[in-house]
Amino acid sequence: MASKLTTSNRAGWAFALPGFGLLTLFIVVPFFFAFFLSLTNQRLISPNPTEFVGLDNYRNLLSISVLSIEPETDDAGAVIRDADGTPEYPRVRTFTRNNPDFQQYAGMREWFRWHSGDTAKVVVATDLVFWKSLRNTLMFVLVVAPVQGAIALGLALLINQRLRGINVYRAIYFMPVVVSIVVVSLLWRFLYAEDGLLNSILGTFSFGMFEGRDWLGNKDTALGAIMAMSIWQAVGFHMVIWLSGLQTISPTLYEASSIEGASKFQTFRYVTWPGLRNTAVLVLIVITMQAFALFAQIDVMTNGGPLDSTSTVVFQAVERGYGKQDISGGSTISVILFLLVLTISITQRYLTREK
Amino acid sequence: MAAIASDNHGLRLIMRYVVLTLIAIIFIFPLVFMVMSSLKPDLQLLRDTSSIRAFLPVGDVSFDNYTAAFNRAPVATFIFNSVLVTGVTVLLSLLFCSLAAFSFVFMNWKGRDVLLSIVLATLIVPFETIAIPLLLLVSKLPWIGFEGFEIGWLNTYRVQVIPWIADGLTIFLFVQFFKDLPSDLIEASRVEGASWWQIYRRVVMPLAGPVIATAAILKFLVMYNQYLWPLIVVQQETYRPVMVGLGYYFQLNPAWGEIMAYLTVITVPVLAFYLVLQRAFIASIASTGVKG
Repeated sequence: MASKLTTSNRAGWAFALPGFGLLTLFIVVPFFFAFFLSLTNQRLISPNPTEFVGLDNYRNLLSISVLSIEPETDDAGAVIRDADGTPEYPRVRTFTRNNPDFQQYAGMREWFRWHSGDTAKVVVATDLVFWKSLRNTLMFVLVVAPVQGAIALGLALLINQRLRGINVYRAIYFMPVVVSIVVVSLLWRFLYAEDGLLNSILGTFSFGMFEGRDWLGNKDTALGAIMAMSIWQAVGFHMVIWLSGLQTISPTLYEASSIEGASKFQTFRYVTWPGLRNTAVLVLIVITMQAFALFAQIDVMTNGGPLDSTSTVVFQAVERGYGKQDISGGSTISVILFLLVLTISITQRYLTREK
Repeated sequence: MAAIASDNHGLRLIMRYVVLTLIAIIFIFPLVFMVMSSLKPDLQLLRDTSSIRAFLPVGDVSFDNYTAAFNRAPVATFIFNSVLVTGVTVLLSLLFCSLAAFSFVFMNWKGRDVLLSIVLATLIVPFETIAIPLLLLVSKLPWIGFEGFEIGWLNTYRVQVIPWIADGLTIFLFVQFFKDLPSDLIEASRVEGASWWQIYRRVVMPLAGPVIATAAILKFLVMYNQYLWPLIVVQQETYRPVMVGLGYYFQLNPAWGEIMAYLTVITVPVLAFYLVLQRAFIASIASTGVKG
């Protein structure tokens, strides 16, 4: 390609510039802009000039502490216990509000606690909602990435057989991918309702043993319900990627393994799986990135509730940056999200590298 | 012996189809439910969810929900907006991205490798992480700046189109495809005295059918299904696309029949499009994976 014939600096730039210019203006610039904004107090519409505030945004977002609380004691120094023998503790509020001895905890709120002996260890955070959102997002990624990847592989293996009409099944499994996630979220919101379709199906198949519940209205089931729906919607996409990976594996390898008398499992373990290595990396990275971006489902189905149990990092970024017009706060969350995605995709690449 | 073996074979075949069909039902039932419900009055719709009737066009079936849905919101406007924004973006994206890819692959120029690596690096930036700074950026961007008269970007078509024209994935797909074309082809055309534009127009693009289809389909899916971006940059109904238009149907008591009708209207054309071009759709997803 280094031929003189193809050397053309002016034309080269001219051809690349329209596309590259737009890409720079609308992806590269906002990307660096996010880092800059996260160090300021920028708001969407504000009469005051923007000020540089350093790492304050990060401090507010990320401050977290563990507070050790000793149980209340009576005058003799014995621990006061209630009827069950559980010690009584002073309220967390007494440490986090107007307490000059514990300035470092000012304004923080309790996230969760555990006990070591009689001492209660209380985790407190300034921005509790952000921490919950971060936890929800990580939970979502940790469940959806492997489960969706595995189901997609299972489906790909299933439709990779020679059967009459297999294309019809392939088309159907892929169908939800084409439908907007917004539409899908609304439909499933209806399916998940207390008097909805899912409960009546489960009720019928368990002969009435199953008691209906409001899947999205309960903080213990809401995130799981969103995970299940998200897997359902996008699994066809990854199925197709796996399928294209499967079709790159040479048939002679399968012939050889069948001549050797390998079992189905052995064939999968020693022929199919090694042949899917690159596909696996791709599928995992794509699913993980999509999972971190979880937003539309939340916005349409739960708005982050109940009790922040489905709030996610992106939902918080939008909620603050747009809803509360706090551009710097939203940008700070965006930067943290980007660093997370980057860390995880680097880790994935490292773990799945060619040895 | 042979009879037993073939019986066994037949049974296994049936089992396979049973499994495949059960899974197919899982994938398709919400969509069937959507279409059927759109034909029923609210009361019946809610009652039917407790039985198989939810999936059948039975009872008081009519198109009343569609009439009501169109009366409640300017549905035609939303559809027009979505089609316009999607169509224009897909076309411009194909043009700009293929031009850039063409110069990255076939032309030698200073800075080429640096620019290409920047393009590829953008692939790992999720849109969601730049949405908020981009919002501030477009809210400050002047369009035509006269003295004392500036039109911002919010509430326009351009804010829905221009930021989406160039993207790393589309450029990447074209680059991958162009790399496989024989370079002799280009050099021969150069020797013949063809200009770069002529080579692009007459030699390369006519061969690029498969990648054009791939890129167009992926871009179409992204654009038509847009939600977050129009949600934050478009407040006026005149410019709203279909996904954001859904907001109109959520009053205090959502009218589910109307919602189902609206969902059907905005989804069925896409599904029909998909069923007709099924192979191309699946190939487009597959080709993002093979070479990735």
